[in-house]
Amino acid sequence: MTRSDTATRRGFLVKLGLLFNGAVGFALSIPIVRYVLSPVSGQSKPGYNSWLSLGSLDQFPTGQTRLASYRNPVVNSWDGQTAEIACWVRNLDGEKFQVFAINCAHLGCPVRWFPQSGLFMCPCHGGAYYQDGSRASGPPERGLFEYPYKIEERKLFIHAGEMPTPGPSANNSKGTSACV
Amino acid sequence: MRLVEQIGEWFDQRLQLAGQIRVVMAHPVPRETASWWYVFGSAALTVFLFQIATGILLALVYVPSAGEAWNSLQTLNHQIALGWFIRALHGWGSNFMLAIVVIHMLQVFLFGAYKFPRELTWIIGVFLLLMTFGMAFTGQVLRFDQDAYWGLGIGASIASRVPVLGPVLVKLLLGGPIIAGATLSRFFALHVFVIPGLLIAFVGLHVLMVLTLGVNEWPMPGRVVRRSTYVREYHELTAKDGVPFVPHAIWKDIVFSGLILLSIAACAVLLGPFGPGGQPDPTIIQTAPRPDTFFLWIYAVLSYLPPAAETPILLVGPAIGILVLLALPFVAGEGEKSWKRRPIAVLVILLMAVVFGTLTHLGEHTPWSPLMDAWSSEPVPAEYLRGRTPLQHEGALIFQAKQCHNCHSLGGQGGKRGPELDRVAVRLTPDQLVRQVIQGGGNMPAYGKNLSPAETTALVEFLETLHPAGQAPARALTQVGLEKP
Repeated sequence: MTRSDTATRRGFLVKLGLLFNGAVGFALSIPIVRYVLSPVSGQSKPGYNSWLSLGSLDQFPTGQTRLASYRNPVVNSWDGQTAEIACWVRNLDGEKFQVFAINCAHLGCPVRWFPQSGLFMCPCHGGAYYQDGSRASGPPERGLFEYPYKIEERKLFIHAGEMPTPGPSANNSKGTSACV
Repeated sequence: MRLVEQIGEWFDQRLQLAGQIRVVMAHPVPRETASWWYVFGSAALTVFLFQIATGILLALVYVPSAGEAWNSLQTLNHQIALGWFIRALHGWGSNFMLAIVVIHMLQVFLFGAYKFPRELTWIIGVFLLLMTFGMAFTGQVLRFDQDAYWGLGIGASIASRVPVLGPVLVKLLLGGPIIAGATLSRFFALHVFVIPGLLIAFVGLHVLMVLTLGVNEWPMPGRVVRRSTYVREYHELTAKDGVPFVPHAIWKDIVFSGLILLSIAACAVLLGPFGPGGQPDPTIIQTAPRPDTFFLWIYAVLSYLPPAAETPILLVGPAIGILVLLALPFVAGEGEKSWKRRPIAVLVILLMAVVFGTLTHLGEHTPWSPLMDAWSSEPVPAEYLRGRTPLQHEGALIFQAKQCHNCHSLGGQGGKRGPELDRVAVRLTPDQLVRQVIQGGGNMPAYGKNLSPAETTALVEFLETLHPAGQAPARALTQVGLEKP
């Protein structure tokens, strides 16, 4: 056997070994990628959103806007207080409601309701909204996010479970007009 | 002594490192580089090692769980002996590291050290800068308080604006549908494993390249870098006028690093640890979230960008900035190194200093944000009420009750969101005031639905009194005409 033969055969074995490792690596990468992407795929079925009770209608007097909170439907035992999410409930006339996300439509800071001036104001970058959630001034490009709601047995339910963000996903959850 | 030598030899027979270390220690560096200007890189390395040490100490107690992190920080601050001090060291160490890394970069830029053959050293340095900022942001998240919680909300909101991939990025950033335990866990993994691992690898490469390519010589006007001749010229310089790295250059590095560590300790003792602020409870909304000092400029940018331009600038701006930094050594890889022959470089640094300084200053004072409690905490100045009619007093009450004071200042007190109103009557006629109040405009919400006609009348009556004593309030031309005859 000549030297070059050995080199070729050894060289081939090295390449074969690398190929073998590549194949194993590729096979392993599939479960790893699925694991890493689990926060995204978890959304597909059954989905993050569900109908949640905000409690009895009596807590929300007609013509007023009140702070409410709910426990997020998808939680872990170590989430602590972060699983509690606040929202603003506006009772228009005892029948019609608006439930606004606490997050400013600009960059997600918690908006505060000022009943005297009928405005929601954001403490971060100065966004302001009217009582119906529409944009009044400041950097937000749109009105407050609204949760779809329904009333059953004198209880207020909202469809929620995801933090609303101003990107394209939020536009889907905006479609509340059908419910109102 | 003989024993120590024997032990040393025993180890080196097996490690075979002493020879290489001696070569590194003795390698000649240009004489002028044994300068106090050349100490920032080694100081950044020292603080990085210091951050690793203090970070490990904090990890002995810290619990990376959304439900417990805040409590474990309180325990560190109050229960564990000197836990507050270790937190303070790590927090101040972070600020010093950011500052030193930025100063190091400015010095490298001004001294032209990014030019041939050190382009890759600069590029790795750019990544090190980004990773240092990444450490600062993820570290701020681990201090899991209200600012951290809402800061994550801001991060998610920015990520959501990426076209197509936005919703996916938000979920990957948060580890789920909301800011919760999974979010903190992944930021813990980033802050403690991923970014430090990358930092160690990149810092190792960066330092290795400084040693193999040699320390950048002191830039002299007229000494021009050319790819064809630079390496030969550099070796001639170090051979002719070089000094051994140890001890000629390194003693200044060591002294400066010691001074920096002492300064960090002094800040930690005198000023204490950072936070944690309020509990990360999203139902507590009485909060005005703010980022740490080194991110305040971004905070200001986010407030001042016009709404329509915000998303493109947010997404494209950072990419352009990073590309410019990466492209620099390729665009200006040759030529003059001396700042005396590079006026644009000097101007760029001055401009950046002014821009970032101004934005940071604004970020500290947040003039764009309504002062949420001004309406109930800042009274209308007494001199604006003296000798006024009951209707005008009523107007002043409405000014307070309708939260006008949150955005408009009187006598220097109150919000800065809108214009100050001490002289508003000189600028606007009564009709213009009514229209502005009812319809809003500019950045002001319309108050038409929230003020009765009587309230509007009273408010405008009050605003009409806000003018300097010797200056008449503005009147419409028609009114002036009516008054004259």
